[in-house]
Amino acid sequence: MKKLPLSQMPALYAAMAQGGALYLPVDNAAGDAQFTRWQEGMELSRALNTVRSAKDFFFPQTENLVSFRMQGKTIEIIDPRTEGEDFVLFGVRACDARSFTILDKVFLADPVDSYYKSRREHGTVVTLACTRPEETCFCQSFGIDPADPEGDAACWLTEDALYITARTAKGEALLARLDGLLEDADPAPVEAQKAQTAAILAKLPLAQFTTRSFGGDVLMKAFDSPKWASLSEACLGCGTCTFVCPTCQCYDIRDFDTGHGIQRYRCWDSCMYSDFTKMAHGNPRTSQLERFRQRFMHKLVYFPANNDGEYGCVGCGRCLAKCPISMNIVKVAKALEGDVHE
Amino acid sequence: MNEETLIPKLGVVTDIRIDTPDVKTFRVVGLDGKKVFEHIPGQCAMLSIPGVGEAMFSITSSPTNREFMEFSIKKCGCLTDWLHAMDVGQQITIRGPYGNGFPVETDLKGKDLLFIAGGIGLAPLRSVINYVRDNRANYGSIQIIYGSRSKEDLVDYQEILQEWMTDEGVEVNLTIDREQEGWDGHVGFVPNFVKELNPDLKKTVLMCGPPIMIKFTLAGLKELGFSETQVYTTMELRMKCGVGKCGRCNIGSKYVCKDGPVFRFDQLDELPNEY
Repeated sequence: MKKLPLSQMPALYAAMAQGGALYLPVDNAAGDAQFTRWQEGMELSRALNTVRSAKDFFFPQTENLVSFRMQGKTIEIIDPRTEGEDFVLFGVRACDARSFTILDKVFLADPVDSYYKSRREHGTVVTLACTRPEETCFCQSFGIDPADPEGDAACWLTEDALYITARTAKGEALLARLDGLLEDADPAPVEAQKAQTAAILAKLPLAQFTTRSFGGDVLMKAFDSPKWASLSEACLGCGTCTFVCPTCQCYDIRDFDTGHGIQRYRCWDSCMYSDFTKMAHGNPRTSQLERFRQRFMHKLVYFPANNDGEYGCVGCGRCLAKCPISMNIVKVAKALEGDVHE
Repeated sequence: MNEETLIPKLGVVTDIRIDTPDVKTFRVVGLDGKKVFEHIPGQCAMLSIPGVGEAMFSITSSPTNREFMEFSIKKCGCLTDWLHAMDVGQQITIRGPYGNGFPVETDLKGKDLLFIAGGIGLAPLRSVINYVRDNRANYGSIQIIYGSRSKEDLVDYQEILQEWMTDEGVEVNLTIDREQEGWDGHVGFVPNFVKELNPDLKKTVLMCGPPIMIKFTLAGLKELGFSETQVYTTMELRMKCGVGKCGRCNIGSKYVCKDGPVFRFDQLDELPNEY
């Protein structure tokens, strides 16, 4: 365990940004915390979490996959990528850090998505322990300890110092670069903070929430539940849940004619949208009920079935806070619990 | 597999055959004149015209064809309209092969095979039919039941007449939906025709066609005494990536692009009916 006094934070940021970029949660003019490229004078947001998740850095909302030049009957294929920049992602919460390992299971599975893989290789994730988990938080339901986050390196902020420890080789390399700023530390204040946070976690309203009943052979039982109709009734199909979700990874591929060539780009998509599955011969999911069901079945049943029981949710609580009709995965899981256990 | 799976290769269209009023068969090779890749019967490829769109099509030629690949494509949307309007010599992009394909080297080996197709549903089965014909010793009898709206709508009609029907040990039963001048063959829908023909229960069935045909034919086969474990089909869903990541063709815990498109009906029973 190492530490540095809080007065040295600007120097720490400058050192982390050396040779690449540093992104950290900063409050914007509207008061929303968003990951922002660090510049001299910027301060870390005090908010518990960013409005948008940190998945953007590895799976951006839009990116060019390939370019084409068309001339007569001929086509030229161009790989538009240039060598990526090394970057440090600082202040990632434990929930978002876990979301990266979930995204890895999709994008790094054979055949590897080289766009995602390259960003993962260039990025170093520095997490920050939570001290004030909120009532929308339920990361502990998925075995995540917000007071002791994963990542390449983990940090704890106390009243007078930042404590930091490396968890991977990448984290070690980062700490080596920061060595001049850091001093050896007694981990006692960190342990004290963990105990304090644990006491808050135990009292959270969702502390007892669990998705365990969705493990095992419940696919058709959950799918056939009569509750989907009432649960999805008010869903607007706006896709906000998908866009703020750190683990949602469905995407679209489209072409854009720039006037001097074609850009084929990938962008986030949502299974909540009516044309997601629409094709020439029809649409297998014509109602919002079916689309709503797909999203939650994927997170609670389909994804775990393919990934050793790991759910497609990290309990960050963003969808609880942002859904315009106050529907969310917690309500869905609780409503279905009885049906999958019959 | 190639790490750059989302970056396509170039192909060139060397022949365009008009099959029916709305189906054309396109012959495709790489720029070097050779096949762009090898495939298993039933696998698919992503074809695209940049700026127009990219979509998944079954590879209708057999892998035993060493020279080129063929795609039988029905005109029914933006991309397929464009493909139907293009001329020989046009370059297209191609990536694949995707999907599992039919188990021609395992479960189907040594079996008596019954192919049932409706309309453009013959396209994916043609790959298997010609593969089996070219490896005749490895399979039992072959029966093909194929129906379309009219005589003009029968895909691969010349090949059926000149090659399949003249092949010894291949039984071909054609039907069209309504009476038509110049047609003295069977008239009626595929599900009823299958029941009339009363195929031997030992046969393994490979079926593809419009959803309504599949539904009633499967019911008819079960009435005759066939088990769902004997019947294979190949599915069609919206796809973007082709490698089980974009989420579009997800049904239950399966991705049709990589776990399918070929499924046995007993396997489909375990999945939500969202196709």
